[in-house]
Amino acid sequence: MTDPRERILSRLKSAPRRPLPDLPDWSPPAYGDQAMARFRAMLEAAHADVHEVSDAEWPERLRAILAGKGVRVVLFAPATAAGRRLARDWAGGEGPSLVAYDRPVEEMKPVLVHEAQAAVTEARGGIAQTGSLVLWPGADEPRLMSLLPPIHVAVVARSRIRDSLAETMAAEGWAGTMPTNAVLVSGPSKTADIEQTLAYGVHGPKELIVLVIGDAR
Amino acid sequence: MAAEARVSDFGGKAHVALNDPKLRANFRRAMDGLMAKRAAQFDDPAEWTALRARGAAIRARALARLPDLLERLEANLTRNGITVHWAETPAEANAAVLGILRQAGAKRVIKGKSMVTEEIHLNAHLEANGITAVESDLGEYIIQLAGQAPSHIVMPCIHMNKVEIAELFADKIEGQTYTEDVDELCAAARKALRDRFADADAGISGVNFAVAETGTLVLIENEGNGRLSTTLPPLHIAVTGIEKVVERLDDVAPLLSLLPRSATGQIITTYVNMISSPRKAGEKDGPRQVHLVLLDNGRSRVYADVQLADTLRCIRCAACMNHCPVYTRVGGHTYTFTYPGPIGKILTPQLEGLDCAGDQPHASSLCGACAEVCPVQIPIPDLLARLRTEAVRPASPAVRGGGSGRSLADTLGWAGWTAMYSSPRLYGLSSRMMGLFGNLIPAWMPMLKQWTRVRTKPRFAGKSLHQIARERGFSND
Amino acid sequence: MPASGRPHTVYFFGTCLIDMFYPEAGLAGMELLKREGLKVVFPQKQTCCGQPARNNGHQDEARAVARLQLDAFPGDWPIVVPSGSCAGMMKVHYPELFENDPDHARAVAFSERVFELTEFLVDVLGVRLVDRGRPVTVTWHPSCHSQREAGVVEQPKALLRQLANVTLVENPREKECCGFGGTFSVKQPEISAAMVADKVASIEATGASQVVSGDCGCLMNITGAAAKSRKAFTGTHIAEFLLERCHGR
Repeated sequence: MTDPRERILSRLKSAPRRPLPDLPDWSPPAYGDQAMARFRAMLEAAHADVHEVSDAEWPERLRAILAGKGVRVVLFAPATAAGRRLARDWAGGEGPSLVAYDRPVEEMKPVLVHEAQAAVTEARGGIAQTGSLVLWPGADEPRLMSLLPPIHVAVVARSRIRDSLAETMAAEGWAGTMPTNAVLVSGPSKTADIEQTLAYGVHGPKELIVLVIGDAR
Repeated sequence: MAAEARVSDFGGKAHVALNDPKLRANFRRAMDGLMAKRAAQFDDPAEWTALRARGAAIRARALARLPDLLERLEANLTRNGITVHWAETPAEANAAVLGILRQAGAKRVIKGKSMVTEEIHLNAHLEANGITAVESDLGEYIIQLAGQAPSHIVMPCIHMNKVEIAELFADKIEGQTYTEDVDELCAAARKALRDRFADADAGISGVNFAVAETGTLVLIENEGNGRLSTTLPPLHIAVTGIEKVVERLDDVAPLLSLLPRSATGQIITTYVNMISSPRKAGEKDGPRQVHLVLLDNGRSRVYADVQLADTLRCIRCAACMNHCPVYTRVGGHTYTFTYPGPIGKILTPQLEGLDCAGDQPHASSLCGACAEVCPVQIPIPDLLARLRTEAVRPASPAVRGGGSGRSLADTLGWAGWTAMYSSPRLYGLSSRMMGLFGNLIPAWMPMLKQWTRVRTKPRFAGKSLHQIARERGFSND
Repeated sequence: MPASGRPHTVYFFGTCLIDMFYPEAGLAGMELLKREGLKVVFPQKQTCCGQPARNNGHQDEARAVARLQLDAFPGDWPIVVPSGSCAGMMKVHYPELFENDPDHARAVAFSERVFELTEFLVDVLGVRLVDRGRPVTVTWHPSCHSQREAGVVEQPKALLRQLANVTLVENPREKECCGFGGTFSVKQPEISAAMVADKVASIEATGASQVVSGDCGCLMNITGAAAKSRKAFTGTHIAEFLLERCHGR
């Protein structure tokens, strides 16, 4: 008796050949100079807070925002550029304290699952069409940061906002460089499973705060 | 473990559902909402037409090369460190999952939403083998607490209203007091499931698209439970049907632009989760092992028929059921098997056999609302008609249970019909007889009895159009 | 049909349902065409498009009946059909029904000559209607196969909108199936009953005194259910409705 793999594949291969249909033209939408406005509007429609801030002032702005929400424990990634800025700019001041996600999850579960109230990650880019953040978590910035704490803060460069996922994948050559995990985040966690009533934060973050870093206009 | 033998009883179950006003109201409200939200997403017909043509072609092209793409997918997943398992039957798939869990010593499983694991009844199999699988998608969690099956492939508990859910939570969740507040109900689920995620030895999920080119599993969801299930536990097992493969990563963007918009009227789901490998050296989280179980369960037989293979294009958006006038009135449980609605009516008889689900292709007025909204252009009414044909065709090899719908009465009835309508002379004679005596047929006669229960008896005209045309001098040629 | 210009002769395919139950609707369709100056040919050999057999899986039987229609309409004149459902069957399904059959080419040519009545009146003849009737409020019911197979969506409404004294109110559930579906109505009687009850309620809610449709199957279902539940509105085939308002009878 052959194994299931052989049996399945041989059945599929013995099926009649069929013609390969053409791939009809399709182009994803483009927004020109409206990309940032679309990105912001879509994220806000999905219940996210979007702040456009300068590179110089974002750590302070964020400290004020989180302090205003009563956040005391903030998870951060010390090896990323954003993490280094936070460590430097928040040192010594009043406000939330930083906890580094710098060990394997197995050693950090209590902090991750129950204690951290917010986490700050970088976003590799943004997508205007859908109001999405592109996250490529990795060794320096673990996956659960954008998922377990009730507030997720993402820092994204304005210059990295593109029109569509299709454009992003093509322009950045994703097909040759897929990371362990690539994620699009388009708002806080939500569900409509109960009578199609929207509720936020059912499993992931209840709030998503997006800091768009770029030239203040 | 022997699979539970089930036979479709569409008429019987529909009778129960149709007489349940609460159920009818729950579905009608939900489907009206979903139809309106979808329509708002596709308000530009040109964009819809182009995008849908692209989506349909992507799926058709993937199917045209299915065996090659599966081999490529397997090679790339393996290169990425993801282990691939093949299962011909639900029993093999269940055994594969159980084997992986046992090898890892896993006892507690957290699950993301997956219709394929519903199809193989994985939870029951694990339970019977001492492993607890907790559903974490809110809708799935609710129906698991209620001991029910999903009634919709995207919104599993759509048949329940919040009063029913409030009662269920108060009854089944420790320390939960009765509340109909949706935010509070969600918070209760979050609290109850938080430690289940943290304690789980393994996470099990489905897959929306498996990308052959890169060896990537794409999963979409709104709650974050899918990402948690595939990130927090040390072991992740994904289970999917062999048809879910697409060729290139570029294919994902147009399909993603079709799926959530068709399903729930969202431009995108909150999370799009693309998994290409287990945790790599230096990474601090993510599962250390990732497995993919590829399930056949009859799909390769569906594939063998070029027309019926269109069934396998499906991306499980549920737009067909959201727009189906039958599904809206009878709900998902009437379909007995895992996949309800129009897609279920074509898929189930092919997977389970026409001998046990042959009534489903007939439970349709062939109105075509499903095909109109299908984002990958599956010609569902044509496939329903084809399955009706296979059911009455002598010794049909194309579909399991083919020919099982044949009966002497049916054969004779249609032979008589054909004799009448293929002979102008016989037709003329019969229509004249009907004109003269048809109205004397009593309302208790078989078909008339069903008809007149809610309608008046149709009246035969005294003269047929044939007669009138002759009398009025309309030319015959 | 010749691409250029207006035909002088058309065939009329009356449909089996109209033949036995609603001949006045068929006659109205022929009269409308006649009054546009066309010669209307009604082949006496015609019977049924074959859809009931096809939809019940009996392809051979459907083909046998369809073949008779191929024989009955031998000329190259347009074939006008006062039913979107039968027109859809003949336009869309005849070519596939005769695939691998010696008559395939004939079936394709036949299907290309088929026009649903309102489609023909609007797209080919470009009729201009003068309303002579009293003010009335109506709503339109499209059959599923007319909108989704025959592709007839706007033409009947365009005709109704030409009528000065007719107010056309939209039924928000207009596109939803009425539950007829041919044998579906007796094979799944309870589901069909639920569907037609909702359809009747949605028509009643528009406040229209008449529902106008291009398909007598739907009309038999909807008006039968409306009469049984003593609703105030009536139903009319669009051919009869137009003929009566524009030409009196």
